[in-house]
Amino acid sequence: MAQVKFIKQDNVSAWLEEMGQKHEVLAPRFEGDSIIFRPYDAKKGFFIEREATAPPKKAIFPQSEILLKFSHIKDLENPEKVALDVKENIPTSSWVVFGGRPCDARGFTMFDRVYLNGKHVDAYYKARRENTFFITLACEKGESTCFCNWVGSGPSDPSGSDVLMVPVEGGFFLEAVSDRGEGLLDSSLLEDGGSKQAEADKVRAEAEQTLGEAQDLSKAPKKLLEAFDDMGHWEEMAAKCISCGACTYLCPTCYCFNVTDESDGVSGTRIRSWDNCMSSMFTMEASGHNPRPTKAHRLKNRVGHKFSYYPDLHDGVISCCGCGRCIKSCPVGVDIRQLVLSAIAYEAKEAAND
Amino acid sequence: MKNLEDLKKQIREALPELDVVIGWTDSFDPLHATPHFIRREEDIDKLKVDALCVHNLATYLPSLKGKKVGIVVKGCDSRSVVELLQENLIKREDVTIFGFGCDGVVDQTKIRRIIGDVGNVEACTLDDKEIKVTASGTEHKLALDEVLSDKCKTCRYPNAVLSDQFAGEEIKATASFEDGYKDVEEFEAKSTEEKFSYWLGEMDRCIRCYACRNACPMCVCRDHCVAQSRDPHWLSQEAHVRDKWMFQVIHAYHLAGRCTECGECQRACPVDIPILLFKKKFNKEIKDVFDYEAGLDPEATPPLQTFKIDEAKIKERDW
Repeated sequence: MAQVKFIKQDNVSAWLEEMGQKHEVLAPRFEGDSIIFRPYDAKKGFFIEREATAPPKKAIFPQSEILLKFSHIKDLENPEKVALDVKENIPTSSWVVFGGRPCDARGFTMFDRVYLNGKHVDAYYKARRENTFFITLACEKGESTCFCNWVGSGPSDPSGSDVLMVPVEGGFFLEAVSDRGEGLLDSSLLEDGGSKQAEADKVRAEAEQTLGEAQDLSKAPKKLLEAFDDMGHWEEMAAKCISCGACTYLCPTCYCFNVTDESDGVSGTRIRSWDNCMSSMFTMEASGHNPRPTKAHRLKNRVGHKFSYYPDLHDGVISCCGCGRCIKSCPVGVDIRQLVLSAIAYEAKEAAND
Repeated sequence: MKNLEDLKKQIREALPELDVVIGWTDSFDPLHATPHFIRREEDIDKLKVDALCVHNLATYLPSLKGKKVGIVVKGCDSRSVVELLQENLIKREDVTIFGFGCDGVVDQTKIRRIIGDVGNVEACTLDDKEIKVTASGTEHKLALDEVLSDKCKTCRYPNAVLSDQFAGEEIKATASFEDGYKDVEEFEAKSTEEKFSYWLGEMDRCIRCYACRNACPMCVCRDHCVAQSRDPHWLSQEAHVRDKWMFQVIHAYHLAGRCTECGECQRACPVDIPILLFKKKFNKEIKDVFDYEAGLDPEATPPLQTFKIDEAKIKERDW
């Protein structure tokens, strides 16, 4: 039986400060009109009443991170001889991500298959992943853009989290949902949660009911491939897309990056920074050829990757957590649900391949 | 929109000669609209024109080069079409402009600021004075004046400045040029340190998605932007506020004398960074130095795309 605890609403700040002594704590708060994850600052508080504008993706996958630092060292005796000094920059800290939603934490399980469990292990990702703990807040209700139940998840899905918080009267019911989570619940600020279990179960059950009916996406991988060559279809689908990176950078499961050397004189850093498949440069080849020359090609890839190519490689798992940010934050209202459903309903036209 | 049926009729008549007409339609919830590409007769019925139709559809025109395109425009949007024509980025004969008199559009950020949780909007109705939003079972009555975009509250060009068809009555504008720049003046009054720390604070949360750039009808470099060029590698890809801010400065400079202040950059920003202020600052300067406003006269040349031997307000010979 997993450990269950209860924390009074008024004690949450103190708990965050207590954890802050051991870890770097990230919590969402208002910045301007957006809700952004920031290092917890007691003076600025936190805001967890609703899904944050941007997910806590940067906790494990920073917007940009230094992979290594380099410098060229000239030999004064022999100016033609230049030595290269390289220092890798593996992160060593530990982090707690507080107040994300189940979809936010679950997003990293899609990263894991690529960066941890594949043929190659990404040392930078691994260092952060293994030292980042997720205290996740279960949702009491879905939003109109939420569709986590379409992609095999739900408003209190514990996957990817270490502690699941459920809002109950006067505070939060806390449940360790991983072995690592047990350790996080070892605090004198927390009370036994046994008496709150029934209330928490009810909140969770009711939350499930607030989501719309889940659509069957099992045919999506095959149908997206069927529609692959019909650029007329994709041009229509992508007509309003402006090919920016908002959907991608706000996506808890989008894991693509760029690598650049940022030099200043004889020294510099090799960084990796977020990249996105909506950008023309994403597939620009050295020859000058671009296999995805239009926004229609690029949007097709974004949907295809999440709902077809990734599932084909990863046991049918859809690389989308249904958080809905790409829908509600899209400047022009592109709705990924419609794109997938149109592909499922797609009937090949004659001579479609033009 | 009161004359929506007139507009639909105009579009219906023109559609056979056009590849597409761009307007707006309902989006994922009743509080939002989305661009609508009308290709078939039946698409016309879904056309919507009201205060939720925030998008400046002129953004799509340069990418539809060679096609016969119809476009529905508010006053501000029409200025972008004019600017694109001025710069030969689109051809007049390829574009059919459906104009109307616009009463203003909402600022979704202001609505969110008042209602808070807009995650479950069940209904939304609009009239001349008020917008009623039912969110999570609660009805909120918001005075339109409180939630209109700032640009609309000081709008001087509510009617399409150029159109082939105009639906409904023209609307009378009452604001002056100065009214539109009070926010810039207020900001200018701050100390350099205050201004700088304000921008460092705001720009820090930029995710470098370039929605601001891609939503901008005048940002026409598109896939060849300095922000992402590899060789030369103009801008660092670091997530440093310095580089994020640098891009906004470049964007604003490239738009000096071209920006029609549609506000799409700011509206598109997924993290609500008030970047329109940058562009307004430049427009204010352009007006002051060149007595010029972008996107009003298709025959005019933007001041930074030409030169006069003697500029009235640039006294270089007195150096």
